[in-house]
Amino acid sequence: MGHYLLRRLLIALPALLGISVVLFTVLALAPGDPFSEMALNPNVPPEVQANLRKQFGLDDPIWQRYFRWLLAMLQGDWGFSFISRIDVDKLILSRVPVTLAIIGASQVLALVIALPVGIYSAARPYSWFDRIASTLAFIGFSLPTFFTGLLLILLFSIKLDWLPFVYRADLAATGWDWWVQQIRQSAMPVAVLGFFQAAGWTRYVRSATLDVIRLDYVTTARSKGLHERAVILKHVVRNAMIPVVTLVALTLPQVFGGAVVTEQIFRVPGIGSLLIDAIQRNDLPVVMAVTFVLSCLVIAFNLIADVLYGWLDPRISYR
Amino acid sequence: MAGSTPASATVDPLAAAAPPVAVPVAARPRASVSPWAEAWRRFKRHRLAVLGLVVLVLMILLVAFGPLVWRVQINDIDFSARLKTPTATHPFGTDDLGQDIFARVLYGGRISLAVGLSAMLMAMVVGVTIGAVAGISRGAVDAALMWLTDLFLSLPLLPLLLVLTYLFRDALKGAFGPEVGVFMLIVVVIGAFGWMPVARLVRAQFFSLREKEFVEAARALGASVPRQVVRHILPNSLGPVIVAGTINVAAAIIAESTLSFLGLGFPPDIPTWGRILSDAKEYLDIAPHWAIFPGTAIFLAVLCINFVGDGLRDALDPRRVL
Repeated sequence: MGHYLLRRLLIALPALLGISVVLFTVLALAPGDPFSEMALNPNVPPEVQANLRKQFGLDDPIWQRYFRWLLAMLQGDWGFSFISRIDVDKLILSRVPVTLAIIGASQVLALVIALPVGIYSAARPYSWFDRIASTLAFIGFSLPTFFTGLLLILLFSIKLDWLPFVYRADLAATGWDWWVQQIRQSAMPVAVLGFFQAAGWTRYVRSATLDVIRLDYVTTARSKGLHERAVILKHVVRNAMIPVVTLVALTLPQVFGGAVVTEQIFRVPGIGSLLIDAIQRNDLPVVMAVTFVLSCLVIAFNLIADVLYGWLDPRISYR
Repeated sequence: MAGSTPASATVDPLAAAAPPVAVPVAARPRASVSPWAEAWRRFKRHRLAVLGLVVLVLMILLVAFGPLVWRVQINDIDFSARLKTPTATHPFGTDDLGQDIFARVLYGGRISLAVGLSAMLMAMVVGVTIGAVAGISRGAVDAALMWLTDLFLSLPLLPLLLVLTYLFRDALKGAFGPEVGVFMLIVVVIGAFGWMPVARLVRAQFFSLREKEFVEAARALGASVPRQVVRHILPNSLGPVIVAGTINVAAAIIAESTLSFLGLGFPPDIPTWGRILSDAKEYLDIAPHWAIFPGTAIFLAVLCINFVGDGLRDALDPRRVL
């Protein structure tokens, strides 16, 4: 196990390097850099501009800049945001808690919906419940999050005026009141992300459970006279959840990327809206850092998924 | 599959003379059925898929020929009719400049559907090529290509789409004009991130098909590797690939709409569905119809494509029967 983990880490490292090279090259090849706005400013003489470019090493070859970036990154220096006038790592850390809270809550919601619905559907395949659930699931993941977000705002903020449609990180209230307001303003973003994810997972839980439910050991459990409830919950679900756990671990990092849309609609000041702002204002150090952090998340969760899979299912052998 | 049983009406006399046990099918002779007709028969059993196909075809016809009948220009500005709710003159209402939303949704549908199809084609070509090369060559080439696939799978999809379209939009706009340039950029970027599942699928198919007897027979008859691939392995791995391609169209339409919705796709003067939604979101309180029509169009198109994909899975992937 330890040996396997070590080997997987050794595979993950070149992948991370590869990703950072791809990201860095794309950003370096792109037209425009932090000083391109300054070039339009007549108050800054060309010599000063040239000196500044030289000081920050913007005219060096790409590979030199890449290694300088890599060294700095490894030492914990993530660069400086030219637009926000703050260190990139501080900027990102200040945005992470909001994103984590929203995404965490939405994933819990998705699981709370997907697990019971998927398992119940699989226990009674092609029943009315199953048909309605799978049709709803189809509708659920065909509805893009930006459209559901707008529909929810239209219904709950504009028509009914129940929920605020702008997320505020600086709520004035304290104590109970703070929690109430926090829940009210998080309800819609969490619902949008959660329902979308739940739709996809329900189908997956259903098919994973169906794969197990027809195995012989389940028939054995039934013929022992076990209650159907015990057969499903104790015998079927435990094995069916193995691929589900893996899928959840694999989709989590993509959810972080997908949260960009939801954060933009509800103006949640999270890592996704930070990325959009940084892209639109040509703040390349922030763009680089955010995309790289998201890639690291993907790799880390892939690793977690593999390890979890082996731990949950002893039939998988580490080689 | 029907093709695997020799159920033709003209059974050769030798087989007919054989003991009845050997030819149980000959008792009820029927016309030979091509695999495609058989697939269509199975597809028809999936009622929602058929419904999806009908709606999808209607949408495509409407989008393709609608602008020829509905001759309102997409940029006819009419300040006397701003933010009007749907009426007979403007079936979908008007936006903040008095432009006809119906005309804009029709026009946007052309672009959104075209982006979806082109990006899918690109993802398919790249994915099938890489998957086929990896699947047939094994060893170092396979390992390298799969490493590349895993690397692409680890890239954060949406953030990178945003970055790429933003960074290269102006350059391509200058080179090919606003419409063609942005179209090419978006198709290439979405296609470049959609091929990985296809490549894995094709590779897995190749791994199992390569060892089958009919390929071995072709090899024994002296078929070259390209001929084995093109004539024997590829046609047999097509079913799941077609299913994946269908799902890919839906994903590409959503990706394009997302980009345009975030203001990083097509420019405002080219109204794709996502772009119209993006403009409409500021007026959600006074003109909800503006957002609802393009949003419903995206939803309907994606839903229908997903249903068709599900039907095709039943029709073309006979192993996954349940």
